[in-house]
Amino acid sequence: MTETPAAGAVDRGAELPSPEGMRRVLGPTALGDDPQRLFRLAWTLATTDFKLKFFGSFLGYLWQLMNPLLLFGVLFLVFSFALNLDQGVRFYPVALLLGIVLFSFLNEATTTAVRSLVTREPLVRKIDFPRLAVPMAATLTATFNLLLNLVPVVIFLLASGATPHASWLLFVVALATLILFAFGMSMILSVGFVRFRDIEPIWSVVLQIMFYASGVFFTVDTIAGQKHGQLLVDIFFCNPFAAILAVARHTLVDGSWTSPSQALSSDWLLLIPAGLVVASMAGGFLLFRALAPKVAEDL
Amino acid sequence: MSAPGTPRPAVLVDGVSKEFRIPEEQVHTLKERVLHPLRRPSHNQFRALRDVSFHVGQGEFFGIVGRNGSGKSTLLKCMAGIYGVDAGQMYVDGRVSTFIELGVGFNLDLPARDNILINATMLGLSQREARNRVDAVLDFAELHEFVDLKLKNYSSGMLVRLAFSVMIQVDADVLLIDEVLAVGDAAFQQKCFDEFARLRRENRTVVLVTHDMGSVERFCDRAMLLERGHVVEIGEPQPVSMHYLQLNFSRDARAAEEASVSGEAVAEATTGGPSLRGTNPDELRAGDGGAEVISGWFMNAEGEQVEVLEARQRCTFCMHVRFHQDVTDPLFGFALRNSEGERVVACDTHRELSDQSFAAGEEVIVYFGFENVLAPDRYAVSAGVARSGSGAAWLDNRERFRTVIISSTDPSGALLDPPFHVELQRQVRAEATS
Repeated sequence: MTETPAAGAVDRGAELPSPEGMRRVLGPTALGDDPQRLFRLAWTLATTDFKLKFFGSFLGYLWQLMNPLLLFGVLFLVFSFALNLDQGVRFYPVALLLGIVLFSFLNEATTTAVRSLVTREPLVRKIDFPRLAVPMAATLTATFNLLLNLVPVVIFLLASGATPHASWLLFVVALATLILFAFGMSMILSVGFVRFRDIEPIWSVVLQIMFYASGVFFTVDTIAGQKHGQLLVDIFFCNPFAAILAVARHTLVDGSWTSPSQALSSDWLLLIPAGLVVASMAGGFLLFRALAPKVAEDL
Repeated sequence: MSAPGTPRPAVLVDGVSKEFRIPEEQVHTLKERVLHPLRRPSHNQFRALRDVSFHVGQGEFFGIVGRNGSGKSTLLKCMAGIYGVDAGQMYVDGRVSTFIELGVGFNLDLPARDNILINATMLGLSQREARNRVDAVLDFAELHEFVDLKLKNYSSGMLVRLAFSVMIQVDADVLLIDEVLAVGDAAFQQKCFDEFARLRRENRTVVLVTHDMGSVERFCDRAMLLERGHVVEIGEPQPVSMHYLQLNFSRDARAAEEASVSGEAVAEATTGGPSLRGTNPDELRAGDGGAEVISGWFMNAEGEQVEVLEARQRCTFCMHVRFHQDVTDPLFGFALRNSEGERVVACDTHRELSDQSFAAGEEVIVYFGFENVLAPDRYAVSAGVARSGSGAAWLDNRERFRTVIISSTDPSGALLDPPFHVELQRQVRAEATS
């Protein structure tokens, strides 16, 4: 049994059996060889995180609801009473709350995703699993919270006198687009952060700008009324989140909320935000797939 | 178990090399990249594995041993698919379960049940499979009564038990295990050993990375020794573990390690010439210069010069002496002190070599053969030549001029390990009562 003991001179190949019928070990990848395993893992990681988040806090899920509601209270007081932004706008409070809830989702999903691979270092370095499960789990956890937060939005909406409407189905499409956009950004951010630690502060500034530039607390009509209003609106809707939010309000809250296609000078301009969502998904996936095999070493 | 070399091995590693890039200065921020777009960050290449090839048969228990930094854990991670390799191919047959660290993915804030489910899912089970195995895991770990206790309230031993149990229950065909026996109390270690024995009976394939030569010899069918990324030896566990101990303690290996990164020097570790390069800093030397102890070394029972002596084997101490004056009837002697500084063995030649005369310029080698009954330890070696008489008039005396390791894979813990002759005689009952 003893093979040549001399170092560096082990005669390889000749006496090795043939690998026929065996599975080749290819090292870590983004997707792994079993897509089911990827989703199972992402689901397990996400549900665990979700559980842990409320572990040991007495009121549990209530706090999850309180956060956007409190922010809503502050913003509502400021913009409604002090700045009168709600004048002549139907369902302003609900639309504001919806904006806050959707933005909180984007914020939570991407901010946790940035550090996700680094936080899960023990897993990444010790177990072979499809790496994509990590940013996917971050998006999933945020999605759970989003669904939870949408409950008061709908209650609020119904209490304000709205009735369920067929266009609510389109809202689901808007929601799905938002989740995909968040996932695409999560892939870019998580794998990028492993190499460039500056991504975290940069992204937090980008999010800050997005919050103020996406119309969370004002209507599209407000900018349309300014000088060069049409140009501003066209630029405004380059931002995917602004476009998704406008669609969401138009479909869920009330038809009087301007949808992007109503406000844009040409429907073709819709391709810009749509293209950015697709690009975040495709680019994110390609980038993640390219860098995934080395993540364990680069951490 | 099935002999290695059966048509389809369980694990096949063919010419695998792995390099790590270690950046010399950490270039981690975008700003640095933006300010110096053209400067490629300089990297040191660290070759963790060099052209490693071996195969593990179905149902074989295969040990990988090597010193710290020899690449054994990297190899295991490559086989587990955690690191990609730079060259070569690896193949496995069946489901692989990796156990590199205890309880990967354990969350201390969750109770045992949730953690079993999470850990089992991480290791590749479906949720239903995982749920079905919870009881079996708890049974094996003997932790049924603590199932609802958060893991942070577990003792470390309980954690180890839980983690090991999950791994065992995953039902992988090939288990890759890295240093798990170092933890856990004696009873649990015994249980792990029993479990290893069961794995062997069930014909499962195990690749075990360890420092514990005891478990290598006890469980492994074959073992492989790695040194700085090279395969040094593949074969029976006993010689491989001996070789490992030799490598571990040999001064030459350590010197070679410092001297070169290019490798290939390891093979010299056990050959070597007269051993007295670099003198021991603790050495005390005295004498009138009438003679000189040039060097001293040990040989094993086969007459090979070694740095590590195997316990319970015959060995020989050799000293090389050159005379600078004409000397009549000198005494040669040597002594060993253990790590506590106690003189354990000493011998001089006032009886054996009397009435010998040596001329100036003459060189001799004196051999002291003895049965090595000493316990495993590091011993300081002293050797000297004295003028005829009481032995106090030193021609040259070198106290603690070098050390020698005595190693054993089965230490008794006592100062001496003489060969025992054990017999049992049953007494006839009538005699016993009288």
